[in-house]
Amino acid sequence: MALNVEEIRSDFPILKRDVRGVPLVYLDSGATSQKPSVVLDAERSFYETSNAAVHRGAHALAEEATDAYESARAAIAGFVGASSEEIVFTKNATEAINLVAYAFSNATDKHRQGIEVDQRFVLRPGDNIVVTEMEHHANLIPWQEVCAKTGATLKWFGITADGRLDMESNPIDQNTKMVSVVHQSNILGTINPIEDIMRMTHDVGALGFVDMCQSVPHMPVNVHATGADYAAWSGHKMLGPTGIGLLWGKSELLNAMPPFLSGGSMIEMVNMDHSTYAPAPQRFEAGVPMVAQAVGLATAVGYLEKIGMDNVAQHEHELTEYLLNRLHELPGVHIIGPPNSIDRGSAVSFVVDGMHPHDVGHIMDSRGVAVRVGHHCAWPTCRRFDVPATTRITPYLYNTHADIDAAVDAIVAAQEFFGVLPESEKVGL
Amino acid sequence: MSDDLYQEIILDHYKNPRGVNALDHALAESHQVNPTCGDEVTVWVGKGDNGSLDVAYVGQGCSISQASASVMSELVAGKDAATVSKLEDAFMELMQSKGNLEADEDVLEDAVAFAGVSKYPARIKCALISWMALKDARIKAGLTDHASDEEEEN
Repeated sequence: MALNVEEIRSDFPILKRDVRGVPLVYLDSGATSQKPSVVLDAERSFYETSNAAVHRGAHALAEEATDAYESARAAIAGFVGASSEEIVFTKNATEAINLVAYAFSNATDKHRQGIEVDQRFVLRPGDNIVVTEMEHHANLIPWQEVCAKTGATLKWFGITADGRLDMESNPIDQNTKMVSVVHQSNILGTINPIEDIMRMTHDVGALGFVDMCQSVPHMPVNVHATGADYAAWSGHKMLGPTGIGLLWGKSELLNAMPPFLSGGSMIEMVNMDHSTYAPAPQRFEAGVPMVAQAVGLATAVGYLEKIGMDNVAQHEHELTEYLLNRLHELPGVHIIGPPNSIDRGSAVSFVVDGMHPHDVGHIMDSRGVAVRVGHHCAWPTCRRFDVPATTRITPYLYNTHADIDAAVDAIVAAQEFFGVLPESEKVGL
Repeated sequence: MSDDLYQEIILDHYKNPRGVNALDHALAESHQVNPTCGDEVTVWVGKGDNGSLDVAYVGQGCSISQASASVMSELVAGKDAATVSKLEDAFMELMQSKGNLEADEDVLEDAVAFAGVSKYPARIKCALISWMALKDARIKAGLTDHASDEEEEN
């Protein structure tokens, strides 16, 4: 079923505004999505009617707020085929990844002090952790830190010239303890064969983590079906508020992990010299959590479910194919990432001969077209393609073919302005 | 379209950069990066004739960062530390002006072309990166002017 994009657009107040004196064309949803009115209304309504600190207090508002918070967890869990106790709310996806990374370094620390911990999280020199060369920094630096603290070695899958994972560079071996890979690259748009990678991971007895920041908002995902043990994604990239991220983990594993942030709400028994911890997910939710944001995100999930994630994915696929075709027609413009729309999401990066991506983005912005420029928190990926940065277009459910046309026109205008349009194209302008 | 940002002078310096070189008699160098976009510049400073500064740089990045480095190297070459320190201050003041400052062309010469950058917060660091490298290299090399550099620290 084709999306009724005009109707969808009318749900997003920000899409009606002008920037720089011209109508906004928002093509930076890979960085953050815009929010429909229902999400904003849900947050406001929570504060106006049910606001209280959750999981404490016995008054009516505390009960209502706790119910709203836990109902939000159930809705978000259901959206990815998980159950409530497998979903941990974090402040963002970065924190969710750190939560699991710290389980390894904290368990290793405790083990060294003779404290009994689950051996799956203990790392020793000679062990390795595997990532890919196309990770967002959020799924790279935490593992670098774990390796630095434990003596384990970081290894990675390389990338082929057309932006796919180089499966021949597979570094997973008998010493691998953790494999953490991105589902859909935020810079290349590549959708990785995570089911295969998770199978290889489990074949050597390692644990598997998938960064789903760019997949859960854009396609139907069942976390169990991917074969992963853990996944993380953010709320603000899927029409929800900022300040809320998600960790999904198999319950048995979450309950085997030492805590990350400690304090109130995450305990079972507290004494002056030692404490025991609540089962997951509460074990990982110290302090008063982001209740209004959870309510907002659950509303966003409901909004997406009503439209249907298959329809969202189909719409994005059509726009991506159209965008790729239009970019291929432009002389002096080179796509960084898979050149076709097979196993590819809507993040489309490109470079323009003779122009720095910042200048391309700036001139696009002067025509109202909002795109991302820079290394997209994937600096090693840029280095792999020998570019300092790229310009990136990421359409979402509220974008149209006309938005893509506006972006393409703006790229050509930037080339003209900088005088870098190849000679053959100047005729007829 | 973006004419307030991309002055002709800026595009000219971007396409025909001046001062790109390493300095064989450098006393110090400073490598600065803009981690949000990957712009990079390395500035070398050394002693020139009659107490003046010799300056050279290499860099890669957007038109604003590279043109700014080119204009900077041309502007400060052959000037003494006191004058360079004042130029650094004047350029910094211009960048922080949010477009509300009449730049003094007698002082900043071609660098007044960057006045429009001050209206775009995301690009100010691009224009400043070479100037920050210059100051850092100057301090490392001990090519400072007692009066003007101290005044600044206060």
